[in-house]
Amino acid sequence: MEVVLQNLTKKFPSRDRKNRGDVVAVSDFSFEIPDGELIGLLGPSGCGKSTTLNLISGLQKPTSGRIFFGEDDVTDLPPENRGIGLVFQNYALYPHLTVEQNILFPLQNLKGKDKLSKAEMLDKAYEAAKLVQIDELMERKPGQLSGGQQQRVAIARALVKMPRVLLLDEPLSNLDARLRLQTREEIRRIQRETKITTIFVTHDQEEAMSISDRIVVMKEGVVQQIGKPQDVYDDPTNLFVAKFLGTPPVNVFKGQIKDGRLYIGEDAVLDVKGLSEKEVYVGIRPEGFLLQENGPLCCKLNRVEVMGRDKSVVAENKASLNPAIRAIIGSENNINIQQGVVRFSLLPRKVFLFDKETEERIKL
Amino acid sequence: MKKILKNSSLKGWLYLLPALLFLGIFMVYPLIDVFVYSFEEGYNSASQTYFGVGSYNYSYVLHDPYFLQAVKNTFLLVIITVPLSTGIALLISVGLNSIKPLRNLFQTVYFLPYVTNTLAVGLVFMILFKKTAYSDGFINLIINWFGGASVDFIEGPYWAKMFVLCFYTIWVVMPFKILILTSALASVNQEYYNAAKVDGTSKVRTFMRITLPMISPMIFYLIITGFIGAFKAYSDVVALFGTNLNAAEMNTIVGYVYDMLYGDSGGYPSYASAAAIILFAIVLTITCINLLISKKNIHY
Repeated sequence: MEVVLQNLTKKFPSRDRKNRGDVVAVSDFSFEIPDGELIGLLGPSGCGKSTTLNLISGLQKPTSGRIFFGEDDVTDLPPENRGIGLVFQNYALYPHLTVEQNILFPLQNLKGKDKLSKAEMLDKAYEAAKLVQIDELMERKPGQLSGGQQQRVAIARALVKMPRVLLLDEPLSNLDARLRLQTREEIRRIQRETKITTIFVTHDQEEAMSISDRIVVMKEGVVQQIGKPQDVYDDPTNLFVAKFLGTPPVNVFKGQIKDGRLYIGEDAVLDVKGLSEKEVYVGIRPEGFLLQENGPLCCKLNRVEVMGRDKSVVAENKASLNPAIRAIIGSENNINIQQGVVRFSLLPRKVFLFDKETEERIKL
Repeated sequence: MKKILKNSSLKGWLYLLPALLFLGIFMVYPLIDVFVYSFEEGYNSASQTYFGVGSYNYSYVLHDPYFLQAVKNTFLLVIITVPLSTGIALLISVGLNSIKPLRNLFQTVYFLPYVTNTLAVGLVFMILFKKTAYSDGFINLIINWFGGASVDFIEGPYWAKMFVLCFYTIWVVMPFKILILTSALASVNQEYYNAAKVDGTSKVRTFMRITLPMISPMIFYLIITGFIGAFKAYSDVVALFGTNLNAAEMNTIVGYVYDMLYGDSGGYPSYASAAAIILFAIVLTITCINLLISKKNIHY
């Protein structure tokens, strides 16, 4: 099912007595989600991603704008008539019901022509349970399950009605690191198998990047960038997106364009012909540093961290906005420490320039 | 290691000692004493003498028409007021929980009886129900308005007196139940309701399958304490019908115990003890049955 959001806006009345203006949670959000895609809504807390999800689910009504599922305008429909499956952050499994009863619950609500016989309901419930691999646990209560298993039950309960759209609110935030990795693969697999258009909310950029077909990066209710994860990573539209994506994060320097060259501090690091002279922010991905004996960028070496697969060089530079610069280099690289100084040359495609005022990207 | 363990358990008992001492002197010893009296025939508390030991006290009490009347009254009171008050409190709490405007006002209004003086409450009930030389009481005015004949609720037929007693009891216990239930309802996570809403669950089903099980521990608590409280009813009856309860046919088991000890016909601690032990046995049995039923139906 294709999902179309048209100029979606949600304002909440302000509770602040001094400042009576509305709080804009989502501002003018337009996006067409193609059928069968997995979309990650990404942003720091309070950026409006959960509100967006609630608008799509119908638990909240938009202040303005429309929502379409395919051809149907669902903006004014209550949640139960939208044909959505929703997985809550805390799963919201009914603690007094068994796994089976939990999964059956949505089916038992069907009325009229959709009403199913007991056998049909059980069939469907077991089908959903098999899909998420919990069909062995049907007699347990949620309290007797691990976090990962509860998550699966919640997904099964959301899927059992065969919803047109599946919505997941921070699906992995309650799981430990290892389980998180496993479960996100699982979500990807289930989504692929069912081909249901899925939208999930997360503040973890790695999570969003790893499984989404497309990610939507939001900040303070405003969409910053929409695109395939790799594209957004390689081509961020502004400083916020560049900073938000990637671990370790992008290194930001104060820089200057002078005589067609980019200066970081005293070092002319790149040729940037055709750009007007001004002050800029320079974002350099950790993998954009190349260790070179007479490279242009000179930094004070702090330490080298060995990660196994690669090494990260932690250094300092006066022009850097962060206290430490982190560069990732292959582990075969042997570093010569010369009086505590390292020199890098830069990979131009890993270097982003941003306007100092607007923080918008300046294309090279 | 063993020595330390022994030491620390000794310490634990030492900490418990004050509480144990008080409980022992003021609860356990009297309980045992009452139990002993109940088997001592014709015990006299002044001379500390008795004729013999046996079950005669129980036999006397169980054949005493006043006691049987008291048992009947108590059971009627329990059976009528506990389910009704809990049910009405639940309805009001659900109502309170689902309205936004004036919620605090209503909550205060419903809580008022809890903080109101018993005598003031008694006065209000007088105005409502009591027949005086000047007026038949407010309720009778309404009955007359609809063309009915006046009923003497305080000194009239048994059913009318029972009605007033039940009405009063329900009214008095309601605030506490509403307080407990509204907080229980408010503590049910909103996500459950959202999940149910997304799945298209009807209001009735949401209430029966989600709300009720979620607050069932609290409902159960109210029913148990309600049972025990109603079985121990006495002061409310006195407030309504005065101290001569046997004559009014409105005595309760606790009232009977009191009368046997200090009433006009009193001075029989043996009979009082036997009646008290019978009450204890009844309450214990009912509570055990409650616990057994709850194991199946309560979800913690």
